[in-house]
Amino acid sequence: MSIPVRITINGTLRQFDLDPRMLLVHLLRDACTLTGTHVGCETGICGACTVLLDGSAVKSCTMFAVQADGAEVTTIEGLAKNGDLHPVQQGFWERHGLQCGYCTPGMIMTSVQLLSRNAKPSREEIAHGLAGNLCRCTGYSHIIDAVQYAAGMGGAR
Amino acid sequence: MYPAPFEYLRPATIDEAIALLVTHGEDAKILAGGHSLIPAMKLRLAQPRYIVDIGRIRGMSHIRETAGRIVVGAMATHDAIERSALLREKCPLLPETAGHIGDVQVRNKGTIGGSLAHADPAGDWPAAVLALDADIELAGPRGRRTVKADGFFVDLLTTATAPDEVLVEIRVPITSAKVAYEKTEQKASGFAIAGVAVVVEQGGVRVGVTGVAAKAYRAKAVERALAGQSAPTAEGIARAAALAAERVEALGDIHASPEYRLHLAEVNTARALRRAYGN
Ligand SMILES: Cc1cc2nc3c(=O)[nH]c(=O)nc-3n(C[C@H](O)[C@H](O)[C@H](O)COP(=O)(O)OP(=O)(O)OC[C@H]3O[C@@H](n4cnc5c(N)ncnc54)[C@H](O)[C@@H]3O)c2cc1C
Ligand code: FES
Ligand code: FES
Repeated sequence: MSIPVRITINGTLRQFDLDPRMLLVHLLRDACTLTGTHVGCETGICGACTVLLDGSAVKSCTMFAVQADGAEVTTIEGLAKNGDLHPVQQGFWERHGLQCGYCTPGMIMTSVQLLSRNAKPSREEIAHGLAGNLCRCTGYSHIIDAVQYAAGMGGAR
Repeated sequence: MYPAPFEYLRPATIDEAIALLVTHGEDAKILAGGHSLIPAMKLRLAQPRYIVDIGRIRGMSHIRETAGRIVVGAMATHDAIERSALLREKCPLLPETAGHIGDVQVRNKGTIGGSLAHADPAGDWPAAVLALDADIELAGPRGRRTVKADGFFVDLLTTATAPDEVLVEIRVPITSAKVAYEKTEQKASGFAIAGVAVVVEQGGVRVGVTGVAAKAYRAKAVERALAGQSAPTAEGIARAAALAAERVEALGDIHASPEYRLHLAEVNTARALRRAYGN
């Protein structure tokens, strides 16, 4: 039995009739073709699927889309405004915060929440805040540089 | 990884949730933060026919002080507990424990009630509620009842909660800052391989141990060894900590052998005691 659901995705109110077992990540990728949200592990560990749910970072592979009924979801596609990169995106660009880029959308979404709660995080605080996002390429150091760069630009926006 | 199909139910009140649990019996499962249930459903280890999502019930995520006790609603997230100013001041063991759970995203969704009801042998909350001697409040078709943390954990993934009951809140005493949680974690998920929570009170100490055995437990031999002492020596603490896993059957898995878990129980008990006593 499908369930009517209304979710604001990147600022646009969308309506769906959903099989309740559909995971949020599949709604975003398959129904909305917002493929910037990646699937890494499917088990809640890697963080590649992180999106913002009413401003909080969540792993969209570990949530049913019906649970987001009435909520605002922001994906990586929703960060840039009128072609201007979000400060965190700019930071990843300027400070070389990625190599293959697979982890990057999740890293950026978690970093946006991090800076919204702590405008000037230390390197340790950034590492702790990104503990739920795994990267197999960078060794993390440049990712931390990127978040610090974004903090210097005024961070969360 | 798609879960098996199910029917999705979203009660607006605790009574409605209970009525749904009564109607659907063993076929129904409560969905709270979903961070234990959804992984199990994706692996099809759990295939409930009805999901009762309690996420929209109002008044289940409170954190407040009432009549000299701290009351935390079952739907309070790990994150809300970690960041609560009230708890940092009046029950610091709860925010300290919350900060050890998983990662930011897990803490944003997972709830204390879900974690306790799930009773994962490697969950962090069981150690804290045991050390705090928490009252756990359950609501069911026969009304409400309170279960002491010490009698709540029955076995692996099994608690005193009946299938038609909802865990509604926990109540714990206001404590001093003489508390500590020390944990050795499994690196990928953060789950406890051995976690020990300690609460020092006038004339005594309570010690909760998780991760080591099929269910979390109070290390009562340790508590007895330190009873009546307000400032035990380092040797006294070491002797007491050696009793942390007395008569405990330890779990073994790919992360740690039973022997290693017993060793870590002692090590983390000693660390937590030293920190709580300021020794
Ligand atoms: C990647 C990852 C890492 C994690 N790391 C840790 C960790 O380091 N430490 C740790 O302790 N936990 C960890 N967890 C588990 C996490 O804390 C879960 O949030 C928690 O165990 C379950 O809470 P929940 O609200 O998500 O419950 P759910 O998954 O929604 O429910 C769990 C079970 O409890 C039942 N239930 C839920 N709420 C109630 C209620 N109010 N009354 C009665 N029954 C109820 C459900 O029916 C279900 O059977 C991790 C999870 C993930 C995915
Ligand atoms: S895909 Fe969701 S956490 Fe890895
Ligand atoms: S850049 Fe390749 S996984 Fe992070």
